[in-house]
Amino acid sequence: MKQKRRERIDRGVKVRSDDIFALTSYREMLYVTLPPAIPVICLLVAPLFLPLYWQKVVISACVFALLAMSWDFLVSVGMVSLGQALFFGVGAYVAGSLDVYFGWPIWLTIPLATFLGGAFCALLLLPVLRLRGVYFAMVTLVLPLMLERVIEATAILGGTEGLTGLRPFPSVSVELVIITVAVLVCLFGFRRLMNTDYGLVLKAIKDNDRSVMSSGINIYWMKFQALFVAGSVGAFAGAYMTHVYQFVGMPAFALDYSILPVAAAVVGGTGTYAGAMLGAFVLVGLLQGLPGLILFSFAPLLPEHVVGLLTKAVDELHRMRTVIYAVSLVVFVVALPEGIFHYIQRKYQQFERWVEVEK
Amino acid sequence: MKRDSQNVLLGIKHLSKSFGGVKAVVNVSFDLNEGELLGIIGPNGSGKTTLVNLITGFVKPDAGTVTYRGENITGRTPYRIARLGISRTFQMVRPFAAIPAFKNLVIPLYSPRMKGLTGGGYGDRDSVAKDLLEEVGFERESSVTYKPAGSLPHGYLKRLELARCLALRADLIILDELFSGLSIAELASIIPIIEKLMHEGKTVVMIEHRLRELFRIADRVVVLNFGQAIADGKPAEVMEKDDVKQAYLGSEAEE
Repeated sequence: MKQKRRERIDRGVKVRSDDIFALTSYREMLYVTLPPAIPVICLLVAPLFLPLYWQKVVISACVFALLAMSWDFLVSVGMVSLGQALFFGVGAYVAGSLDVYFGWPIWLTIPLATFLGGAFCALLLLPVLRLRGVYFAMVTLVLPLMLERVIEATAILGGTEGLTGLRPFPSVSVELVIITVAVLVCLFGFRRLMNTDYGLVLKAIKDNDRSVMSSGINIYWMKFQALFVAGSVGAFAGAYMTHVYQFVGMPAFALDYSILPVAAAVVGGTGTYAGAMLGAFVLVGLLQGLPGLILFSFAPLLPEHVVGLLTKAVDELHRMRTVIYAVSLVVFVVALPEGIFHYIQRKYQQFERWVEVEK
Repeated sequence: MKRDSQNVLLGIKHLSKSFGGVKAVVNVSFDLNEGELLGIIGPNGSGKTTLVNLITGFVKPDAGTVTYRGENITGRTPYRIARLGISRTFQMVRPFAAIPAFKNLVIPLYSPRMKGLTGGGYGDRDSVAKDLLEEVGFERESSVTYKPAGSLPHGYLKRLELARCLALRADLIILDELFSGLSIAELASIIPIIEKLMHEGKTVVMIEHRLRELFRIADRVVVLNFGQAIADGKPAEVMEKDDVKQAYLGSEAEE
């Protein structure tokens, strides 16, 4: 009985277009440049022409994409964070406070919230840097919940009511452009960063931090820098959403902001920031987009009580969203651990065939 | 090459460390002179690696001091000690597995100590790394330089670990069981590298079990047994002592 095994070989066009040889023909150039170019152009241009509901979905997906990429970055350094909500909430509150208590405009509050928020979170997590693996994750999980309770108990920064009446963006188009540009800057920035020697050292810390230490590198300082970068990205997302909602309150520390980014990054493929972004769009699109699509498209066509049932179902779905994120995470870890992006990339670059095993 | 000036590079005084009830290192004292090749030997579990961990900052001593060029470095963090010019290899060799062999050396080259030596910038570190690999015996531009470090055979892993240590251009190099697992042929190619280090004036400390090869190159030997230094002197003299012979009776030392 002859046995067969699966063999994966790079496609001809991939081999021909590797490195500078892509410039040898238009076909090869397109093969290399189209996959990044099309999503970038779509992301920058398309949302401006969508109806308002879908623009809000895109905004939401972009915010979660930022949180997912920030999580992916921390994982590359070896820190598994279960508390992206910490970065989000701190950024949100700093922006809100600067607006309400100081009256500063948006173009001041958001950058300040980004860097102050990032610094604050990094300093907050400083004592935990020396702890190994699981303990870091536990502390990050608990910190946003703790801050939520502190705000509730001490009634500072608006307490349970939160801060309202914050300045909005000039228009939805401005909101869209800012967030899509931010997502693309993060995407390409992170990818470029991890390709440098600095990124190599960060990845080495995850692999074997003892060797890195004995090579004369202060791994705690490097981890602190990584926390600052990841925290700043998350804080930007929080500050941005504060001005979109024109409100900040305890929900800024919701578990949503911790769990969805993890699910998004795993579904899309960890290690590739494009995967995190893709995962965020898939999950937010499924959960917020699809029900909305069904409701809006079919609502006019269906009798009232069916519409009522569908609305209830959508509400139920929304309440179950954490379960759905978690289930999709588990399903992907089991069925497609490499993630969607890796899968697409592999299919694009390689083809498979069965070969007989020589005995 | 005999050194005339006997500068004390590393001073160990009354170093002690216990883990719970286990006394790993007990009141160990010796001086290391510049340009020496010191061997640290002893049966398994005699505290050799703990002693190295105490010197290089991975473990804080319960008592005692470590001085380097007169400066007290007891209990400093490992990266600060590495920046002073003390580098070490690890007994359990674990490279950065997913990245190519020469990229492994980019990490020590990134250390602040190396600011003056490499030009900075992305390309420079790669070529310095390849030069370093060639120094330890990787054939230049062969496939083995570009292989992911995790798939290297054992002999090359040891060379890579040695290269990682040498990349820091340290003055004091501590090698923890470098010879273990190597064939006679591999040893024959690695020992000249160590002799070259001695010629360059570096100071080397070697923890070893393979005594025959060690004694050919070592100037001096310290013997540990149950955490205590029971002998300190030239290899031939030390092996004549009764308590040293007794320490090795029953364990797998090769004479």
